[in-house]
This record gives sequence, C-alpha cells and structure tokens, in this order.
Amino acid sequence: MTEQQVKCGFLPLIDAAPLIIARELLFAQDEGIDLQLIKQPSWSALRDLLALGQIDAAHMLSPMPIAMTLGQSGMPTNVDALMVLSVNGTVVGVSQTLARDMEKTGWDSDFASPAAAATALFASGHKTIRIGIPFPFSMHRMLLEHWLSAHPSFHSKRVEIITVPPPRMAQAVADGTLDMFCVGEPWGTAAVQQGVAELILPGSSIWQFAPEKVLGATRDWIEEHPETCAGLMRAIYRATEWLDQPRNKPLAVEILARSQHIDLPHEAIDPAIFGQIVPRKGAKPVTPPGFLFFNNNAGNFPWRSQAAWISERIATWCGLDPEDASRRGKASFRSDLYRANLSSLGIDMPGASAKVEGALRNPTAVASTKGHLILGPDAFFDGAIFDFDAQD
Amino acid sequence: MDVALKILVVEPDATRAQDIIDALKDGGWGNVFIVSDISALAPKLTEIDPDIVLIDLAHPDRDTLEHIGHVSHAQSRPVAMFVDRSDAELTQAAIMAGLSAYVVDGLQKNRIKPVLETAIARFKMVERMRHELDAAKQALTDRKTIDRAKGLLMNARGINEEDAYSLLRKTAMDQGRKVIDVAQALVTAADLLG
Repeated sequence: MTEQQVKCGFLPLIDAAPLIIARELLFAQDEGIDLQLIKQPSWSALRDLLALGQIDAAHMLSPMPIAMTLGQSGMPTNVDALMVLSVNGTVVGVSQTLARDMEKTGWDSDFASPAAAATALFASGHKTIRIGIPFPFSMHRMLLEHWLSAHPSFHSKRVEIITVPPPRMAQAVADGTLDMFCVGEPWGTAAVQQGVAELILPGSSIWQFAPEKVLGATRDWIEEHPETCAGLMRAIYRATEWLDQPRNKPLAVEILARSQHIDLPHEAIDPAIFGQIVPRKGAKPVTPPGFLFFNNNAGNFPWRSQAAWISERIATWCGLDPEDASRRGKASFRSDLYRANLSSLGIDMPGASAKVEGALRNPTAVASTKGHLILGPDAFFDGAIFDFDAQD
Repeated sequence: MDVALKILVVEPDATRAQDIIDALKDGGWGNVFIVSDISALAPKLTEIDPDIVLIDLAHPDRDTLEHIGHVSHAQSRPVAMFVDRSDAELTQAAIMAGLSAYVVDGLQKNRIKPVLETAIARFKMVERMRHELDAAKQALTDRKTIDRAKGLLMNARGINEEDAYSLLRKTAMDQGRKVIDVAQALVTAADLLG
C-alpha cells in the first residue's frame, strides 16, 4: 500500500505529544499514513499555512478553528476541529514581587483555590495587572477571563492581557513586562526553574475539563480526503489512548525528549506528563487532579457544547451576532465525523453530542453507545453552568 | 510615489532591515520605520500609527502583533493582510517569500499592492542569498568529509585517490545512498575505532 502523506503543523509544546507519538510509535503508519510533522514558529504562521493549504492538518488552540471559521483570525476559512487532542494542561504564574504582595494580604497559595487567589490578586495593591497569554484566541484567555471577571473587585481596567510567545514568558516576567501569565507546559515550569515566577493555579482548577488543543483541518481538505482524514483520526486516537496509560508515561517522556520535534530536555517534559508540578523553586511537587490528559473520560470527543462555550466568548470579544456565531461554531466541532471515523475502533461514545458544561462535580456515568461511559468532572470553580440546549 | 504611506518594518536583523528599507526608499516610499525590539512594538505602533506593518512570516512575535491588532484602542488597527481572498496570487507570493503584512482596515488596495510587490521581491532576494550561503557552506563541509574518507581508504587498502573515490561511489550506488552518507559513515566508524 502506498502511504498517504499528511503534513501536520504543530508548535513545540508538551501537548503536541499525540502527534509525535502517532508518528514515532507508528500508529500513523498502521493507517497507511506518512505523518509529516512541521514545526511552526507561531500560531499565526500555522494558521496562515493551514488556510492556504500548505499544511493539511494542525495542532491548534481549541478556539482557533472557530475564530477562523467566523473570519476573526486571518483569512476567513472553514476550519473544523476533528477531535480534542488534550484536556487542561495550563498553569497560571505570578512574578516574585506579585506573589509577595499577594501574601501580604494573608493569602497562602495551595495551588488549588482560584477564588482566594483572585481576592489576593485584586487586594495586592497592583493597579493594573499585566497578564501574558500565548495567543488572542486561546483557552488561556478564556479561562483567565472566566476566573477574574467572576470576582466582585474585577474591573476591565484592573487587568491588561498581552500576547507573548511562550518561550519568552519567563523573560517577560523577569524584565517586568508581565506581572502574571497563563501558559502551557513546559513554559510554566521553566519560569519556576529560572526563579522568576511562582505558579499559583493549574488551569484545571478554574475549569476541570477545558478542551485545550484540537486537531484542526480545513473543511475542504476533510471533504477531499475522507479516508486519509479517518485514518489520521484513528492513529491519533490510539496515540492519546497510549499516552494516558500510567505504565507508558516513562517511555512517553523518553520518546518526547529524544524526538527532534519538540527539542526539550527530560526535566521540562516530565512534570506535565506525570502531572506533578513544582509551583515554587525548591517546593515539593503537587499533583493537581486532571492536570493534563489526552484521552480519559471521552477527552477526545469534540463536544458541540464546548464549541458553543468558545463561540459565545469569541462573539463577545468581536461583537458578533451570538446566535450565528454559536451555530457556525458548533458545526465546526465535528462530533459527527468523530463518531463515523472512530466507530471501527470499537470504542465507547457518549450518547449525546452536547452536554451541560460545568454540571459534573465528580466523575459520572452517563448513557453511551455501549451502555455507560464515565464523564467529567467538568465543573467551573465558581459553579457556573452552561446549558446551551436550554438557550435554544 | 506614495510618500504619505507610513510603513513599519519589524526586523531584528539590522542588515536585513536596512536592505528592505533601501528597497522601499528606492521604490519611492520615504516614510519607512523600523522596529527591532518587540517590546517596543506597542508604543511604536501608537507613536508612528503606520498604514502597513511588514514582518517575517516566521517571526515568533507575529502572535503579539496580532493581539495588538485585536485589542488596540487606536483608531487604526493593523489587521492581517491575508483577510482578503480577492488577491490570492499576491497572498500566495507573499507567503512563499516568507513575508506577512498587516494593513490598516480600509486602506485602498492599489496603495498596498506595489509596496508588497517590492517587499516580496526583496524578501525573496535576501532568502535566496541566505540559501546560497548555506549551500556553499554545506558543500565545503561535504568535500572535507569525502576527502577524509578517501584518505582512509587509500591508507587502508593501498589504493590511489581515484580508486578510493570510485569505491565510495560504487558502495553508495549499491546501497542506494549518497556518496556523502557513505563517506560520513566511514569517517564516524574510523573515529570510533580510533
């Protein structure tokens, strides 16, 4: 069989692991796919290459396909999220100065309490808090906004959100450009190791089940290459399943460290893969529940309700008609293709394609195609619940 | 020419930046500014209020520039030039040359196009020179490796230079590999064996 070449863009982050594992452990080859991984210097560059058809698929921030489809980021292009590649995995960190000022208010970080951290943050005496994120259309920005705007002391003038490329986040904190950041691993750990920042929260403490990265492709490519697209999805699904097996984690770190694709040392990869984060230099590692995972609890399923949540935020930022944005956004999270293309793997699928986001405080059994499937937890720190079907 | 048009070039490499400025000035655009340090980008944008921002497609700070475009309270926000599919050819040419451009919303296309064409041409030239330089360096390294491999064969087998090269070439052909790969393997093995 001739191998079908698929050019897939990615950024060198830990959560590109499903793509690297799909290639290195030959899950892609098993599907007759020659998976070419093409490293990109920025999300903008990756987006433009995808829109122009220079790459076939891409590791993307979960809001990117919707932002592109809605014409808000680069050339307006119908881009779909075929599956979720990773759930959670971000960290919030503050400068040493801000950490000390927060402590003066009586706050003591337990790396788990968003409400208390926000109170300390707004009481710290810092007039405007400058926060770094990796891209304007990112889950990082959505989590920060959900977290901070829920606080009674919040005012839009109290925070300034700035995009800084992740590898430079630590430097931006060190030179005083930023007071705080929300970033994916390994860049939070890197800032701690350099002694410039302390981590105060995992992203998962704000939302327990945030779709972080997705596999994106243009609708044109998907329609023109149905077989290749299905094979690619199966290969990546199997890679995520492999990654979430505890016994595979040491080997995963080894493969990722040796791979030319992300070019990071063991110590940078280890914390995120094992979910053991050192929040302060010299502190003991903590293990936040669900810090980063790739497959568990139907993690790969592209829920239409996740798309609706993301679309609602983009509509607010960009002044779009919320109903239209939600309709087009939901259509770009392809739970239909997920069902059709992965059914041959014999995996269990959720019975519905939308859920009430934020409703599950604990792992819960729900109806599935094979009986029962464990979902969640997916609660927000403030108990917020988003029922998009009820709104329709 | 269009002297009223303000063009900002984001380029950390001073030589390359000067090159692009010269090309634009030769084309008649005198209002060209340069920013090399990204942390100065936001204040520069406010200060200069450019009509067009040119930046290397692969520049990691593009994401920062995009964000400024989204949240800027300035009247003129720079938006990605690629939002327009109407001139696909020009867009494709810019991408191939490794150039991305941000233009102020509503700027007439006939004022943008010549600037881009000039910049694309210059970007291509700079890129080609870089490639040629890389290729020349590689060729030099390869030749040194092949010379060493030939020397090893001449010593070990007591053959002359021509035969040593023939042997390398034959081995490469037999194994479906490049001469340089065979030579490299030989040199590595010899180094390991001391």
